[in-house]
Amino acid sequence: MNAPHDPSSVGAVIAQKARFDKPLRLKGGAELPAFEIAYETYGELNAARSNAVLVCHALNASHHVDGFYAEDQSNIGWWDNLVGPGKPLDTNRFFVVGSNYIGSCFGSTGPASPNPASGKPWGADFPVVTVEDWVEAQARLADHLGIERFAGVIGGSLGAMQALQWTLSYPERIRHSIVIAAAARLTPQNIAFNEVARQAIMTDPDFHGGHYYDKGVVPTRGLRIARMIGHITYLSGEAMAEKFGRLLRRGVPGFDFDVDFEIESYLRYQGDKFSTYFDANTYLRITKALDYFDPAADFGGSLSAALARAQAAFLVVSFKSDWRFPPPQSREIVRALLDNRRIVSYLEIDAPGGHDAFLLEDARYHNALRAYFGNIEL
Amino acid sequence: MRADLAAIAQWVAPQARVLDLGCGDGSLLRTLWQERQAPGYGVEIDDESVLDCVANDVNVLQVDLESGLSLFADHSFDCVVLSETLQTIHRTELLMREMLRVGREVIVSFPNFGHWSARLQVAFGRMPVSETLPYEWYETPNVHHCTIVDFEDLCRRLGVRIRERLVLHAGQPVTFLPNLLGSLAVYRCTAG
Repeated sequence: MNAPHDPSSVGAVIAQKARFDKPLRLKGGAELPAFEIAYETYGELNAARSNAVLVCHALNASHHVDGFYAEDQSNIGWWDNLVGPGKPLDTNRFFVVGSNYIGSCFGSTGPASPNPASGKPWGADFPVVTVEDWVEAQARLADHLGIERFAGVIGGSLGAMQALQWTLSYPERIRHSIVIAAAARLTPQNIAFNEVARQAIMTDPDFHGGHYYDKGVVPTRGLRIARMIGHITYLSGEAMAEKFGRLLRRGVPGFDFDVDFEIESYLRYQGDKFSTYFDANTYLRITKALDYFDPAADFGGSLSAALARAQAAFLVVSFKSDWRFPPPQSREIVRALLDNRRIVSYLEIDAPGGHDAFLLEDARYHNALRAYFGNIEL
Repeated sequence: MRADLAAIAQWVAPQARVLDLGCGDGSLLRTLWQERQAPGYGVEIDDESVLDCVANDVNVLQVDLESGLSLFADHSFDCVVLSETLQTIHRTELLMREMLRVGREVIVSFPNFGHWSARLQVAFGRMPVSETLPYEWYETPNVHHCTIVDFEDLCRRLGVRIRERLVLHAGQPVTFLPNLLGSLAVYRCTAG
């Protein structure tokens, strides 16, 4: 349990919501007539409003970045090891905003929200949203909070795509972009993993074409398998071997199809847990947002041309054991930034954790972020 | 500041774009920015040094020089610096060519293996250990030692034109018998 008196914790936090009644035109052509964004904030916005840092989350996380809820103290924010008083992203110095994205199942308007046209949940009719759309929505949230310009936007994985997109959608509204375990576009192999996950969900008999809310069922089998696939790709082979080896749950092979190896038990546990709290329609949409993200597409495939309008300073971080978003993909971003003579530093951390390394505590990684944030002028 | 770095700083034109390969804690880049308004990037592989660079607010890129300079476009820098790093590189020729591809001019410094103290130690049957060669043979990161004459041979072979040379010992310039009395050599070169 996270003790309320822990001086390195922001303590109990409250999730908030901001409502926007001006319609949001989405990249895919659809329009959201109105929407809500769930968010949390930590620290204080200074008088000059120059110390705000936006934290963008990845696939299955939320705006609950830090601290815990008074009514549920075991629910600790997902980046609690990085963000807090005296931590690398120091809430004594920065005003940190954790923003949920539209289409999520954690409070922002999403597929389970009522469709104003029918009063029923959107379900399959909720539009496909993109990273660009999320940034548009976050910009509205920034307006709402009185933040004209972020000192920094930080994210890992899908969150890193948002941190990058911020520099393109609103170059003048972001001073530093911290892009971790990122890709400027997914490889076909990466898209393939997403497609398997989507197929698992869409072929679940309980999916009902996405209109399962009023049928009283949830496509848990599909979600389970989607999560298992994801988990395999977030860990490195090395980390998996280290953690599970070939350990047998029952000590000896069962010669049956019950759980034999520890890794099977782990995947089933993760899959089961995920399927109880995550929404299948959301999962489909966020994997699509990942697949579609490709700022170079409008520039004949040239990422250098795409990033020409970025003005921010960049810190790009990758992890050597990450094979889902491997270092060469981060180097591609760095190369494009160098072509544009942007301020950029790049760290390639030899951490064993795979893609999930961006969520873990590693002295080299966290010390570098601490030093970087420490040099941001307010 | 290290003697060769002070010399290098003098050779870099104001506002030049600099790439410092094996930049350590980034102190040269910081000096160049503060004294000559020359912006730059450092390349460094060592974790500790990379962290120092970030703390020093210097642009640093953690990539391996052995794989070339593929991050950098042709002629994208006014000056590429390789200070006391040449002797640690396995693929020396490749890196020299890459430096000349990326930079309009290159500055290279290295410990001179031709210095009399090194020659003497070898003559007495031992691998040299000195201020500029501070490692025992079994722990040295150095893999390709050369003398001033050797380096100039390589430059000729690669068609590299030497524009300036400074040979130092104990921080002082050496003009008499430089390959014997100099322990550190600094060169400014261009392609052809």
